[in-house]
Amino acid sequence: MFTSFFYLLRSRGLNVSLNEWMSLVEALDLGLHGSSFTGFYYLCRSVLVKSETDFDKFDGAFLEFFKDMEFATDELPQELLDWLENPKDMPSDEFDMEKAMQNERLSQSEIQKMFLERLEEQKEEHNGGSYWVGTGGVSVFGNSGFSPRGIRVGGQGGQRRAFQVAGERKFRDFRQDNTLDTRQFQMAFRKLRQFSSRTEEARTEFDIDETIRETCDNAGKLKVVYDKPRKNTVKLLLLMDSGGSMEYYSRLCSALFQAASKSSHFKDLQVFYFHNCIYSKIYTEADLRPRSVISTDWILNNLSSEYKVIIVGDAQMEPSELLDPSYYTFGVRDQITGLEWFKRFKEKYPHIVWLNPSERPTWGGWWAKTYDIIHKEFDMYRLSLDDLNVALKKLMVKR
Amino acid sequence: MNTTFQGSKDYVASDELMRSVNIAIALQKPLLIKGEPGTGKTMLAEAISAALGKKLIIWNIKSTTKAQDGLYVYDVVQRLYDSQFGNEGVDDIKKYVKLGKLGEAFSADEQVILLIDEIDKADLEFPNDLLWELDKMEFYIPETKETVKAKQRPIVIITSNAEKELPDAFLRRCIFHYIEFPDEQQMKEIINVHYDAIEEHLLEQVLDTFYWIRDLYNIQKKPSTSEVIDWIQALVLGGIDPDKIKEKIPFAGVLLKKNEDIDTMRRYLK
Repeated sequence: MFTSFFYLLRSRGLNVSLNEWMSLVEALDLGLHGSSFTGFYYLCRSVLVKSETDFDKFDGAFLEFFKDMEFATDELPQELLDWLENPKDMPSDEFDMEKAMQNERLSQSEIQKMFLERLEEQKEEHNGGSYWVGTGGVSVFGNSGFSPRGIRVGGQGGQRRAFQVAGERKFRDFRQDNTLDTRQFQMAFRKLRQFSSRTEEARTEFDIDETIRETCDNAGKLKVVYDKPRKNTVKLLLLMDSGGSMEYYSRLCSALFQAASKSSHFKDLQVFYFHNCIYSKIYTEADLRPRSVISTDWILNNLSSEYKVIIVGDAQMEPSELLDPSYYTFGVRDQITGLEWFKRFKEKYPHIVWLNPSERPTWGGWWAKTYDIIHKEFDMYRLSLDDLNVALKKLMVKR
Repeated sequence: MNTTFQGSKDYVASDELMRSVNIAIALQKPLLIKGEPGTGKTMLAEAISAALGKKLIIWNIKSTTKAQDGLYVYDVVQRLYDSQFGNEGVDDIKKYVKLGKLGEAFSADEQVILLIDEIDKADLEFPNDLLWELDKMEFYIPETKETVKAKQRPIVIITSNAEKELPDAFLRRCIFHYIEFPDEQQMKEIINVHYDAIEEHLLEQVLDTFYWIRDLYNIQKKPSTSEVIDWIQALVLGGIDPDKIKEKIPFAGVLLKKNEDIDTMRRYLK
């Protein structure tokens, strides 16, 4: 049953598995939807959707699927009709189910129009019945009443219909359309490991071999030996292009940054920012404001060559930015080109890769020109999951 | 299951939350709770425990926690030391196997509530290491050749602050609920649970200001429920005139914990 809903959810990018679907079927058997369409909506959501970022996709798909049913009433699943006919809180009398079922076929705009007309006509209070706006009853308007579709007028939100809840789409802000998943990036970063027990850790790990040896040397009197736990010694230096043409890839880059900074297994992580090209000054913050400026030489002098370096940038700029020795930056005319600075990094750090969020530009001469120059100097990879894995493997071996 | 969760007198639960709790209980699956800090994720387990009258076992996760810690710990070193002095019962391995929180929950005679708090604090692989145990509600202890199997499947509540993404395989086994930040009406109910007699006018001024601050564009750490509750206490104790709250925002440090945020707020205030 509803199998098409399952496939609709999957086609809308929700990663629903058969396991979860079976759970939903089980839940419906147990009657956990509480005999109401709204209950059904919440049940589906809590069983099938596992992140608030996907709520909006789910709302969209839910609306799409169940809205269609008013036009194709023949295909109404029997279950749904059953719930609609047997709601828990149905009063025993005065309900004209036939009349109510007719409402099923009304569209939202028809209801809206009828509502305005009815408001014009109606001059008094109504409770029960099928026509007027009031409480109880099966009319499409009013509150505490029962109709498959309709407009609620006033009253508390306890009885909100699923259409209305889903229709609010209030999780829209959470949606990321995340084709990239920081977890996957994080898993990739795990490749950057180099274990060593020569770290400055407390000795907390029970060392069986040494304990046996020491105990034997001690004439059989127990002597427990502890060892330092093995720790990852990888240090990472991340240099990120920020601003300008990189704005376009900011989400991708920030996902990479998040993944790197959340990966707590690095011994050290240093992040610096530049705009288009590295010169004698580099920034500690992504907003590239003067207060976060430090000297590039400081990095080269202080961060040892065991750091593994990832440069993230699109490598596309005006050629003079890369090649002109007197390109003006921060009042420093040191006659050193941007390219030269890049080369210094390459010389100092044997483990260095370039991640590029963009492909080689096929238009505009100079954009491709700087791309090609940099590509020749560095191992360049696309900033995608597959390429990141390759790039990180590359970082672990000497060139 | 004849018991369902209906909220408790100290805990205001939304309809949706109660639905999710009851779905998780009925389907016997772990309930994963996510939400902004301060929306009462941890308190939920306490409330369920109180409402259903079941014992609560809390497993607090830290960055160093391993899945194994929750199952059992085999104290080799103690056993070695004991054997040195020929203490009695050294040959009984059971004596040195101590059950962790998960093991405790499984071996309880009555159904308990197990809260796995802040699961995202642990290592990336942590949730995956618990898949079998949470699915089958059992685990094997090789040292004693015993299987610990849940006598009564515990009700498992898991909270996450979304510091790390959880693995798909783990998520598939959970019922998921996202606690939205309470709207003004719910917030009033929550505050009334904490304070008996709050002057209506004061409460309105407080909430107006509170939601105004939360909606400011570049507040980095938005104040949450626990902060507004502390703030009300500060205002009441300080005897602040309710009409001054909006324009002066006294004791702003209780609401906003970052200097930048206080500066931002002051800027908007002018």
